[in-house]
Amino acid sequence: MKTQLFHTLQDLRRRHQPVAVVTNPLSGDQALVTADEQQGALMLGDEALTRVRQMLGEDVSGSIDGLFVRVYGPPWSMVLIGAVHIAQALAPMAALAGFEVTVIDPRSAFATSARFPGVTLIADWPNEALQRIPPTARTAVISLTHDPKIDDVGLIEALRSPAFFIGALGSTRTHARRKDRLREAGFTDEQLARIAAPVGLDLGGRLPGEIAVAVIAEAVGVRRGRRRQRP
Amino acid sequence: MTLPLPGPIPTADENAILGQVATWLDEGRGVALATVTKIWGSAPLPVGSHLAVASDGSFVGSVSGGCIEGAVISEALDAIGDGRPRNLEFGVSDEQAWAVGLACGGTIGIYVERVG
Repeated sequence: MKTQLFHTLQDLRRRHQPVAVVTNPLSGDQALVTADEQQGALMLGDEALTRVRQMLGEDVSGSIDGLFVRVYGPPWSMVLIGAVHIAQALAPMAALAGFEVTVIDPRSAFATSARFPGVTLIADWPNEALQRIPPTARTAVISLTHDPKIDDVGLIEALRSPAFFIGALGSTRTHARRKDRLREAGFTDEQLARIAAPVGLDLGGRLPGEIAVAVIAEAVGVRRGRRRQRP
Repeated sequence: MTLPLPGPIPTADENAILGQVATWLDEGRGVALATVTKIWGSAPLPVGSHLAVASDGSFVGSVSGGCIEGAVISEALDAIGDGRPRNLEFGVSDEQAWAVGLACGGTIGIYVERVG
């Protein structure tokens, strides 16, 4: 892979733009293909280009006509509302499981890089932060603060988005009260059923690390098409 | 049976591997990238999985969960040296793969290329 092509690939990935690297494995010639451009020493005909762009849309890597197509799809991300103790355990686990992690908390004493090394931190209200970085169909939003003032505005923003997973910490009773408030805000029961609460698989854990394992486990399961049934 | 495992490859893992490649290039080191191009039967990692190797033998990522890494790293170091791409295949019917220990019962195709 030419250095220039590698740097362009990295640049496109940083900007969350889906991109495919197409390789002739015998010559080593390569093309870099996005939805509207192609560049590199390997020139693809219209037919091959159409098939590569189809794979790009489906986020599937594989071979076509002796060429190898490696698709780099848009990223999976996890937004944690609340720079709390559990978030400190959950953030690195989420990163290991392939999520780009953002932590949002309007309380700047919580949202510090000393507490969250290497994590994107936004010290702002969740609704305002989520309007700046809108959740996609590859985003999980999980509220962790136990403070309705902070959690609710974030959950409302998440419910208006195509987020693939929305979770909230707190007991069943807490969640019943939360649903009452969100119904008053205009959401239907069907919409509120998108919120997994109390979030996490039922592992019986109590420690922050144990709860983080339960939460990341449920998010990974939903990403792979398994949804936990709640009573 | 061809079984291209569908489903996304976690991006943070890509970030870590390709980010390390960028760092090595910045440091002026030789780098090779190995990529799983084909799998038949049960293979531990999906098509597209990367293993990056630096000229001093450091590596990040994985193409097999560990069983054929050693052989791939050695080919990667050769690719850094001569710049030629390599197409490798490992499987249970393959003496070499058995020797390096592809115990999972599948066959894997791997493309190895120099970066830079």
